[in-house]
Order: sequence, then structure tokens, then C-alpha cells
Amino acid sequence: MATLHTRSAARLMIAPSVLLLLAWMIVPLAMTIYFSFLRYNLLMPGMEEFAGFTNYKYFLTDPAFFQAIFNTLAIVLGVLFITVVGGIALALLLDQPMFGQGIVRILVIAPFLIMPTVAALVWKNMFMNPVNGLFAWIAKLFGLQPFDFLANAPLMSVILIVAWQWLPFATLILLTALQSLDEEQKEAAQMDGAGAWSRFIYLVLPHLSRAITVVILIQTIFLLSVFAEILVTTNGGPGTQSTNLTFLVYAQALLQFDVGGASAGGIIAVILANIVAFFLMRMIGKTLEA
Amino acid sequence: MARNVSTQRKIVVTVVAWTIGILIFFPILWTFLTSFKTEAEAIASPPSLFFFDWTTENYHEVQSRSNYFLHFMNSVVVSVGSTLIGLIIAIPSAWAMAFSPTKRTKDVLMWMLSTKMMPSVGVLVPMYLLFRNTGLLDTRTGLVIVLTLINLPIIIWMLYTYFKEIPGEILEAARMDGASLSKEIIYVLTPMAIPGIASTLLLNIILAWNEAFWTLNLSAAKAAPLTAFIASYSSPEGLFYAKLSAASTMAIAPILILGWFSQKQLVRGLTFGAVK
Repeated sequence: MATLHTRSAARLMIAPSVLLLLAWMIVPLAMTIYFSFLRYNLLMPGMEEFAGFTNYKYFLTDPAFFQAIFNTLAIVLGVLFITVVGGIALALLLDQPMFGQGIVRILVIAPFLIMPTVAALVWKNMFMNPVNGLFAWIAKLFGLQPFDFLANAPLMSVILIVAWQWLPFATLILLTALQSLDEEQKEAAQMDGAGAWSRFIYLVLPHLSRAITVVILIQTIFLLSVFAEILVTTNGGPGTQSTNLTFLVYAQALLQFDVGGASAGGIIAVILANIVAFFLMRMIGKTLEA
Repeated sequence: MARNVSTQRKIVVTVVAWTIGILIFFPILWTFLTSFKTEAEAIASPPSLFFFDWTTENYHEVQSRSNYFLHFMNSVVVSVGSTLIGLIIAIPSAWAMAFSPTKRTKDVLMWMLSTKMMPSVGVLVPMYLLFRNTGLLDTRTGLVIVLTLINLPIIIWMLYTYFKEIPGEILEAARMDGASLSKEIIYVLTPMAIPGIASTLLLNIILAWNEAFWTLNLSAAKAAPLTAFIASYSSPEGLFYAKLSAASTMAIAPILILGWFSQKQLVRGLTFGAVK
């Protein structure tokens, strides 16, 4: 009796969340799919008509699309490389005994808490600006020509800014995982004469492998949709040199008002993200059972 | 002797770690310092680190020129509002899943998480049109709705992992003693759940405060939170380093402080409990 009562109460308590998320998942996504098969431009209202796969064909054969796919991958892989390698190194460093460990930790975490638009603008103006930026001043100190980062290496600059924001995330998670490593195991390995390097390769790295996987997967989800950093620094340019898939869809929708084309692009982005999500969900699902 | 070596090593580690820490933090420190310079000093060559005439002129200027306070309040209303509404919806759900799990609970949780994996850009077009047609574009209400929805899965997950750690026997005992469901929640569960709820609240305010896809695309002059307001400094005519720095410092300071208090929850919330 009582269990029946609690069970129906439980169902009632879960219902609002489920219904809201269901609506959030189905309604807009169904609309995007529907729009993606229409010829639909906001500048020409009332002219909507069924267009079959035209939008997809158009989007997939657009040279900007391939550039965007390349840039999306470059941002994801570039930032992952920097943050995972840097994160492991930093986590190992912060795990050592030192004076003022708490304060150093706080300093390292800080970039992750900065809103993306502030981070991007500060880097763009105060560091990467070829006239007034700090990097230009340092270059001049050494008698070098200041480098115009955002004009000459836009994609690399975006990667750098985003990596600065995500390095703390990787460090924090890897440090948390590192601290759960059994101290006795490390000592035992040391007793057996294992050097620092082999201890790292055979003991620490395997222990971190799960955390590294989590870092890679979660960051990938977020990095696939980097947007604000591109909007305020390069605006996708010069040309489409720093346009990723998210930015391309945004430009198609809100700058060119091409609802149909943008929707097709959005669906392609969803499919790409789902491939990554599939692996991430399996990872997290395993921890639920544990 | 051995002790000597370890002290020496500790000093070396300290120096290296502090140097790297300060380098990583430097852009933020530099923004903070620049906000107290005059515009001329902000772009002076060679730049001065500490020795300049400190002025709070920029902070006044930012407020008087652009009604900074309005955007600050937009950020507060949107981030706190969406978090509170999210909590009200999520607490019963997480409670039910943690204490009366069924065979399908795990699937429901995984499905909720999967909604978080959908890239925002996939639904940008319909959301924009829906908002435009219902008058929600550039309103605080509209932003609260969207941010509640995108953060709801994280809120539920975090609460779920916290509630899971509360011993179920205590609830059983209360039930045996004749406590009703509502009494169970108010007198037994709530006091034990407060720390978890507080952490969830904190992390979500941080996430909502810094959200920069929907706020940029769905708001303009009226409802723009600080993310969108700061973005307006990217235009060439907004190129005033000292004022940009002052606006930025005020935008990031509250969250930096909140974030430093919730380091541990950050890991837990952002990995959906996979790393604790």
C-alpha cells in the first residue's frame, strides 16, 4: 500500500522535469528539421515552399562548410591537446608539497570562471592587439616586428584564448583524480626502484586514464559549440578563416536570414555532436552502475 | 639530511608553481590594474604595472555612459532566477529518483543528460522565431526560460548525486514513525540536503552568469546581461581599454569569488558526478 502510494507520488514529482525537457528536446528540434526542408528566408516572408534536400545539398557543397568543419575540428583538437597535456603537467605540479598551495590553486582556476566575452576581449585588445597589446610591446623589446595575431593567425588565436579558459577545468579534474591515488602504492613503486618517469607511465597515467577520458569527452561537447570567443574577436574572419560550424549556422540564420539553410546546418551540427555524446553517455552510464 | 633535500625541493616547487600560477592569472590581474588607469596610461609604452596614478574615474564613466547597473541587474535576475526556478522543478524529481528508484530511473537520468548534449545551434533558428513571435525576444523572462531549460539536466544530476549519499534508512525510520511525505521532506530530508542544494545553486549561478550563446543571440539593449553588454565593446568605437577593464572587472568579480568558494562542486557538477 505504502509503496504504491510513494511510487505514484514519485512519478508525479518526476513528471514536471520530464515533460519540460521532453518539450525542450522535441518542439524546437522538430521545427529545425521541418525548416531544413523549406526554402525559407526571413526577408521574403510568405514565400516558404518545400525544397526537399536542397538546403542540405547547398550547405554541404558550400566551400565555407568544409572550412567550418576543418576549423571546428582544429579548435576541438588544438584546445584538447593544450589542455590535456598542460592539465596533466599542472596537476602533477600542484600535487607536490609547496608553500601557499591553496592560493596557487585559486590563481590557476580563475580563467574558467571568467565569462567568455570578457576573456576574449581582454586577450584581443590588451594582449594580441598589434599596436597597443602587451605582446606587441614584448616583441618590440626584443627588436621584433609586432605580430598581428587576429589578422594573420585568427584560428590559432581563438584556440589560444579558448585553451586558456579550459586549462583550469582539465587541471582541476585531473588534480582531483590524482589526489585519489594511493600514496602507499607510489611509495611501494619507489621502494622497488621505479624512477619518476616509469612511475608516471606505469602508475600515474593508468590511474588518470578515466579522468582524462572524462575531460576529453566533456570538453569536446563544449568545444564543438565555441561561439562567443569567435564573435567578439574575429567575427569568423578574415573571410571564413576562423568560422566554425556553430558560427556558420549563426551567420546563415541571423545575418543572412536564411532559415532553411541555417536549419540544415543546425541538424548537421546535432548529428556531429551526437556521435561524441554517444561515447560520453556510455562513460557516464558506467559510473552510475558502480 | 633527507629533510634538507625535501625542504629544498619544496622551495623549488613553490617558486615554479607560483610563477606558472601568476602567469595563468596575469590577464585577469592586468584587467584589474588597467581598470584603475587613465586611458592614456592604459596604452602607454612601456606599460606600468603598479606605479601609476590610481583613479576610479572609469567605473563612474562606465555607469554614466551605458547604464551599467541595468545590465548588471539583468545578469543577476537571469542567473539567480533561472537557477531558483530550476531548483524548484528539480528538487522533487531528484528526490524521487534517489529514494524511490525504479528500473527506468537510470534511463530517465541518462536521457535527461542527453538533452544537454544537443548543441544550442541546432535549435537556434526555431527558438529565435518562437521568441520573436511571442514577444519574448530581448526580455528577462525569455532568457530565464531558456537558461532554466538548458541547465535543468545539470541541476537534476547534481542534486541526484548528493541525495544518493543521504542514508535511506533515516527516511525509512521517519516513515515508520508515521511521518507523512511532506513532513519527511521538511524535517528530515531538507536539513540533510541543504549542503548539496547550496552547492548546486552556486554552480548553476556561475554557469548561468557566464552563459554566452543564448544571451548573445536572444537579447539586445533592454535585457542584455553582462555577457552581451561586454560584447558590445568589441566594436572599434568601443576601444577604450581602461573602461573595458572596469566593465570587465565588475562583471567577473562576483563570479570569481563565488567560484573560489565552490571549487570542489565545480568538478563534481561539471563531470556529472563521474569524478568526485
